Amino acid sequence: MEDLAEYIVEKLGKLALGHYFEHDELVVKVKPEGVCKALQFLRDDKECRCQILVDICGVDYPDRPERFEVVYNLLSMHQNHRIRIKTSVDEETLVPTATGIFSSAGWFEREVWDMYGVLFDGNPDLRRILTDYGFEGHPQRKDFPLTGYVELRYDEELKRVVYEPVQLTQDFRTFDYLSPWEGMTDIQLPGDEKGTKPEFGWKSTKQESA
Amino acid sequence: MALAKEVQPEERDLDIGQETQIKPFTMNFGPQHPAAHGVLRLVLEMEGEIIERADPHIGLLHRGTEKLIEYKTYLQAVPYFDRLDYVCPMNQEHAFALATEKLLGITPPPRAQYIRVLFCEIGRVLNHIMNITTFALDVGAITPALWGFEEREKGMEFYERVCGARLHANYFRPGGVHQDMPDGLTDDILQWCEGLPNFLGDIDSLLTNNRIFKQRTVDIGVATAEEAMDWGFSGPMLRGSGIAWDLRKSQPYDVYEEMDFDIPVGKTGDCYARYLVRMAEMHESIKIMKQCIENIPDGPIKVDDYKVSPPPRAEMKSSMEAMIHHFKLYTEGYHVPAGETYTAVEAPKGEFGVYLVSDGSNRPYRCRIRAPGFAHLQALEFLSKGHQLADTVSNIGSLDIVFGEIDR
Repeated sequence: MEDLAEYIVEKLGKLALGHYFEHDELVVKVKPEGVCKALQFLRDDKECRCQILVDICGVDYPDRPERFEVVYNLLSMHQNHRIRIKTSVDEETLVPTATGIFSSAGWFEREVWDMYGVLFDGNPDLRRILTDYGFEGHPQRKDFPLTGYVELRYDEELKRVVYEPVQLTQDFRTFDYLSPWEGMTDIQLPGDEKGTKPEFGWKSTKQESA
Repeated sequence: MALAKEVQPEERDLDIGQETQIKPFTMNFGPQHPAAHGVLRLVLEMEGEIIERADPHIGLLHRGTEKLIEYKTYLQAVPYFDRLDYVCPMNQEHAFALATEKLLGITPPPRAQYIRVLFCEIGRVLNHIMNITTFALDVGAITPALWGFEEREKGMEFYERVCGARLHANYFRPGGVHQDMPDGLTDDILQWCEGLPNFLGDIDSLLTNNRIFKQRTVDIGVATAEEAMDWGFSGPMLRGSGIAWDLRKSQPYDVYEEMDFDIPVGKTGDCYARYLVRMAEMHESIKIMKQCIENIPDGPIKVDDYKVSPPPRAEMKSSMEAMIHHFKLYTEGYHVPAGETYTAVEAPKGEFGVYLVSDGSNRPYRCRIRAPGFAHLQALEFLSKGHQLADTVSNIGSLDIVFGEIDR
């Protein structure tokens, strides 16, 4: 896989921003404008032969300047491997559509647009897909509240369903059970030096040098 | 009910003597239609009886599962997977459990792996019985549904005996399964397995050579191997088009590697081939279930690490540490090391994948659910174009769609 990764990055040239392995899964980062070329290359190249575009999804990182990550999961049945392509965009940048390369991209892109508001340039049918007709906003963004903004009710007088601003009889609560002790790992408490770091269930808030 | 609406209602005066030109129709199929398999709204543009364009409107069952999971701990996320494809709930839990295990770097003990494989195969039989019988119902055969649901109920009883619920199992856990099987369950499953081929033979005799069933399915909704790959098909949809691809064989997880089974492949890529593949797959599932029951070892059913799986209840009564572990597990949950993984399983409907991104906290940062039905339904237009209206019903039936997983 290591050889394959270097081969792909070399072939993509300037469009690739690098690669890494996550749990033995190959991830290749590309520039937004290079998505199409990368997908085309991965589909047609003899070493890669990723004939199936399994999935396209978005991930939101509000702290980054390019907040959205668009992730393409590809599968090669001939070589029996999976390759993941990633690209980062902000709210304005257009990502070229993959519908010309994989027909299955159409709905996946519609979903990313619906959920995150990432625009795909060239998608012939970029309508909302999962949300209601006339829905506003992009619900999977991290700054979109879990409860949403509107709720539905059947109005007996109007004889139809009406939208109203959401009203919660009780405040929305997110239970944060993060342990205060583990949350304070930046602060040296007496006795901390004796402790050992458990394998799971422990996270340092400090940036550890890898 | 399907409501037909004429595009140009003012031009209704037809001269019967002349050969009249048929006007294009826009037809609204569903969302409350028995053949829509749930809440599918399909807007069909038709030239007479011929489908010109099929535009599925989905999302009527959208519950925001992916968003909700971001607000829950890893353990609390498991029940959401039952509610995706509610026809075979445990197969989906399996994908999530495997993804979390991969990030945690743990492997469940062998007995747990066998139990999971066993129940995944029961799920596969449940799913295929459901699909084949309702598919037959859509194209006019009622008897398979009446017979099939009885058999399906028996399978769901096993679900109930192992976890307490027929449908919303919540049984698989990252690190194993919730609890061990009760005594005698394997014997009863084995007995069920012995009787299943007989039942499948009955269904086979009702449908496989049935003239009406064949007229409705043969050469309908043909997808070639290239087209199937282009549209991102997986599972029986892909195998129906002649591609021998099964994640249980090619990228085996849990104990599938040790199982001896074949991958049935269709030749023609039409609705009939997909039906045949599903029928044959049930026989293979029976083989796997029997091997599971035969080879299942004794031992623990979840990892022996109290940071991930709860301590036994008896221990909690006497050990302070066990009680603290229990409390922390069910309030804070466990922290999953930062990382990401795409883990897929061969669910009955196709490749069910979970793309899990962890930021090191006790909740998933992102949990993308890749549902096979979503990709399949997308291809409905391509499969139905040029066919008649009634063939769309066959296509929907053979796609094996469940809206719980498509809308998420």
